[in-house]
Amino acid sequence: MSIELRNVSKSFGEVTAVNRVSFTVQEGELLALLGPSGCGKTTVLRMIAGLEVPTEGDIFIRGQRVNDIPVQKRNIGFVFQSYALFKNMNVFKNIAFGLKVKGWRRRAIQDRVHELLELLGLQGLERRYPHQLSGGQRQRVAIARALAPKPSVLLLDEPFGAVDARIRQELREWLVRLHTELNVTTLFVTHDQEEAMEVSSRIVILSRGNLEQIGTPREVYEEPANEFVARFIGVLNVMELTVKNGVGRAGELEFPAPGWKDGATIRIGFRPFAVHVSADPTQYRYRATIRHTFFLGVMLRVELELPSGLIVRARMSKETYTQLGLAEGKEVSFYISGYRILSDEKASLPPEIPIAPGDTWMGEGI
Amino acid sequence: MKTKSDTDLIRRAQARRLHRGIEEPRWVQWLLIGVAGGFVGVFLVLPLINVFVQALGRGVRAYWKAVIEPDTLAAVKLTLQVAAITVPLNTVFGLVAAWVIAKFEFRGKALLNTLIDLPFAVSPVVGGLMFVILFGTHGYLGPWLQQHHIQIIFALPGIVLATVFVTFPFVAREVVAVMQASGTEQEQAALTLGASGWQTFWRVTLPNVKWGLLYGVVLCNARAMGEFGAVSVVSGHIAGRTDTLPLRVDKLYHDYNTTGAFAVASLLAVLALVTLLLKTLLEWHQERQFQRAQQVVTEPGLEPSRPQPTGVPV
Repeated sequence: MSIELRNVSKSFGEVTAVNRVSFTVQEGELLALLGPSGCGKTTVLRMIAGLEVPTEGDIFIRGQRVNDIPVQKRNIGFVFQSYALFKNMNVFKNIAFGLKVKGWRRRAIQDRVHELLELLGLQGLERRYPHQLSGGQRQRVAIARALAPKPSVLLLDEPFGAVDARIRQELREWLVRLHTELNVTTLFVTHDQEEAMEVSSRIVILSRGNLEQIGTPREVYEEPANEFVARFIGVLNVMELTVKNGVGRAGELEFPAPGWKDGATIRIGFRPFAVHVSADPTQYRYRATIRHTFFLGVMLRVELELPSGLIVRARMSKETYTQLGLAEGKEVSFYISGYRILSDEKASLPPEIPIAPGDTWMGEGI
Repeated sequence: MKTKSDTDLIRRAQARRLHRGIEEPRWVQWLLIGVAGGFVGVFLVLPLINVFVQALGRGVRAYWKAVIEPDTLAAVKLTLQVAAITVPLNTVFGLVAAWVIAKFEFRGKALLNTLIDLPFAVSPVVGGLMFVILFGTHGYLGPWLQQHHIQIIFALPGIVLATVFVTFPFVAREVVAVMQASGTEQEQAALTLGASGWQTFWRVTLPNVKWGLLYGVVLCNARAMGEFGAVSVVSGHIAGRTDTLPLRVDKLYHDYNTTGAFAVASLLAVLALVTLLLKTLLEWHQERQFQRAQQVVTEPGLEPSRPQPTGVPV
């Protein structure tokens, strides 16, 4: 394996930025460190690079414990959020810097720099200075500079944070291709769950310095380890139910709650995908009005308002929406195909409970 | 399609209109410009011209005689010596102080930052007196120095010390500002690329503060050559030995040697003009670099905005 963290903690004075985090990264993997701002993800990245020293725990790169090895000797490539290009050097010299300080020969430096210029589509910009480049170009120069000395690990801090939305999408695809091409172990930090889902092979989710879950995008979405992950990755409808006669209720919504005492409250959550909508207001169990429709590209998020004022969020493709002839203000019916019981935010989640559309458990139906 | 010059014109017109809204009326502008210009003219330019008029009043020959007088030449030599020692010292001190303030977080940083400005706040005479109290015959270290035959006050070392004190803030102030603006990320990047601390300093930090440093050095040099108060206290005014140029001017003037005084003063004035010229050149250089950068970016056809995902062969 390429990188391993064992119970790594980092405190800044009283504040614990990273709390006993352990995970391993396989050789050649493209891994995302995901979490809300202030969750310690950048600190983790900087500790791997050697720019911060862990307060506790061990970090291994290719089997070697690197805690006491200075930044210079770790053979990592680091791309800063602000790129941190040397502003007094042109593109060529920026990329050549790491090779020069390592004492490469002139000829070899030239070959390597030209190789990278080509790889990153920067030909013709060798003589430009950083302030003469666009955001996207600067980032590619920063990546080229980090890759030049052939690092064993590439670390990127919020690589797409500083460019506008249109370019961000292109850069994502481009990073995936670059990674496929070079197959260098890559870790990147992001606060954008969509970005992490799209780009990485596995995601490490952090919150307040704790590791919440590590898994493939599919795993963290479909099998979230706890409520935090469930709510952070994708949208989750969360309801508080009051139990009566083995049925939990929130407004018109009813969920089976066998074994719960009368008067108990349970929190449950379900994905917008689990909400199935029909244009026929009588076809399914619950009646609602479409209050808002949000266009998210190919997918739509539809906000359904029940007569009691309760809001349920559904997600469907644009085609389905059009085929069903839905529109804002239209009366529809829906059912919920599965839900999870949530307890404490950090506690692990029990598996999803499926409900069939025509389930007969329901008490006094509508 | 609108051409580039069209859009340029429109933009400029918009800027003008925008400007007019927040501008003072014309006559107020002219009045203010007149006041500022008049002030500079009466209090700075006229006296400066007068220095040269007075110096050359009795002809070039008298001027030249005053300049090559042995005591004056000694003063020129001493002044250059003092500057030659002081400026490099304060360049190094200034760099170190700036580095410490811009790159590290530590207790007492704010205090250090304030103390750097101390020489600006304290009268130079007080600065000179401090060294007299410390190293003078009746000072704390005086007897010990005398025993070891070390002469500080009324000699070159004292003059250098006083000058170092007075000119300390110039380099440090300039460099702190530039270093703080550039932050520490470029240095960190250099480290991740395998550069040693020394390599990072020479290849990244120093080039980044180059212009600020030069600017500080120029100002420091000007002050080092022109300092009067602090040097006057520690020098002892020994003609031909501890008189710097400003002290020499003062002495000649008090001896009613107007031509001599103004001749030497004109030397200092020339130094000042050279300093100003250098300073302007430095500023102009930075400006030009900036403009060239702007030009390249706005040049049509070179619009550096789209990344080329095709860069990676698929």
